[in-house]
Amino acid sequence: MATRTTGTLSTATTRPVVTAREVRRSFGGTVVLDDVDLAIDPGEVVALLGGSGSGKSTLLRILAGLDPDASGEISRMGSQAVVFQEHRLLPWKRVADNVSLGVTGGGVRERVAAALAEVGLADRGRSWPAELSGGQAQRVAVARALVREPALLLLDEPFGALDALTRLKMQTLFGRLRAEHNFAALLVTHDVDEALLLADRTLVLDGGRIVENAPVPLTRPRAADDPGFGPVRRHLLGRLGVQSGSDRGSAS
Amino acid sequence: MTTSSLVEAADRSTVAPAPTPARSRRGAHPGRRWRRALTPVGLLLVWQAAAQTGRLPPEKLSAPSEVARAGWRLARDGTLGVHLLDSLTRAGIGLVIGGALALVLGAAAGLLRLGDDLVDPPVQMARMLPHLGLVPLLIIWVGIGESLKITLVALGAFFPIYFNTYAGIRDIDERLVEAARACGLGQLARLRHVVLPGALPSLFLGLRLALGAAWLSLVVGEQVNAQTGIGFLMMEAREFSQTEVVVLGLLVYALLGLLSDLALRMLERRTLTWRRGLQAR
Repeated sequence: MATRTTGTLSTATTRPVVTAREVRRSFGGTVVLDDVDLAIDPGEVVALLGGSGSGKSTLLRILAGLDPDASGEISRMGSQAVVFQEHRLLPWKRVADNVSLGVTGGGVRERVAAALAEVGLADRGRSWPAELSGGQAQRVAVARALVREPALLLLDEPFGALDALTRLKMQTLFGRLRAEHNFAALLVTHDVDEALLLADRTLVLDGGRIVENAPVPLTRPRAADDPGFGPVRRHLLGRLGVQSGSDRGSAS
Repeated sequence: MTTSSLVEAADRSTVAPAPTPARSRRGAHPGRRWRRALTPVGLLLVWQAAAQTGRLPPEKLSAPSEVARAGWRLARDGTLGVHLLDSLTRAGIGLVIGGALALVLGAAAGLLRLGDDLVDPPVQMARMLPHLGLVPLLIIWVGIGESLKITLVALGAFFPIYFNTYAGIRDIDERLVEAARACGLGQLARLRHVVLPGALPSLFLGLRLALGAAWLSLVVGEQVNAQTGIGFLMMEAREFSQTEVVVLGLLVYALLGLLSDLALRMLERRTLTWRRGLQAR
């Protein structure tokens, strides 16, 4: 915790998978992002925390190249894939066709089957999205991202719309996939525990700026009831403007 | 957290067992279908009886058996076939012209801001004109020949298809388009994989409404100086006081509407299987 620095780039030895410089975005007169700098190294999981309306989803959309009206400089290395909060599967395509959407190159069918098997839905390729539960649909969305073999996975509150139990399972799944494929990830979330469980580094976005940029000082494997969680969680919640965080911290 | 899990639970409960109750209900009352046929058959019998006892003057309304006999006679000597083919051709050509125009303009207005600004206002204004009321003007413009009938059908078909194309495109979830963009789909691929299938249910609705409007326009159009067609058959029969042929013509029009709607619904069911995904399981 003593090594915590604010608002600076991480000192990278390898070339980052994405680098953003002086990213600005305003809607009407409201400035949502104000000179944000950010870099993510290969294989690094970065959690982007912030209250609602802090611009974290906006930043993710800019990094994904989905916001033409933002200014700033983005350079990307390697491929990207996005998982949104809603599964966003096309209802008129079967699960396998949703996963293979836009995928080019040889052996697409085999790759799709492999991706579906990895999220535990090997037998649902012929299903329609409407036949899936919320958790299953979100796993298909993860498979749709995986099949692109991304160097960087952008996740916009990917488990936010799921029930608590499903969310825990999805977090475990994410940890396993991340260990197997070694992709870098930017995880936008408002859940401090989720960030501490999954991320190597946390960013806190407030008032359009990154006010906190620190590695997570916890060894893997992690569990939410580790004694080390308390102080870090308290600190991050304080950064997010939640003062009652001390109660939760001492409780665990 | 609680709301999202509640929503999901609600989703699951509405999802799985939904199709079964309707089916089991129909199974529980096998006699229901026959019961529903009771009134129409009864009315037909009363009509027949009234005609046979002379209470219904035959020059006002012929007996159902007379209508059936007329139908059989005209079908056998080929008259009905010839006129039916002419009516169908008019409806077909009109539908294709009006539908294609509506599809192009509706897509332009739905997809492009410029198209919306240029195309939509005049179409919205023209919609307020009852197109069947245009007959006198159309006669001045295109005469009383085939072009009048086809123009009327095309006009009738245009509006429902235009509005449903426009609405179908506008109602597509913007987030799905964004997801497709994130998957690396270009503009053309997005049109093919997202916009077209997304607008298809609405297009089918437009087509069904257009078919209804097309038959209606045909009925009106064929009463103006037609030399062939079901409408001509009816007008000619009126001059010779052949009431049974007039009724037959009405029946043919009704059947045309019914059959075309049925065919379209079948096509819709086969094309939009994803909407019935739950039942298909």
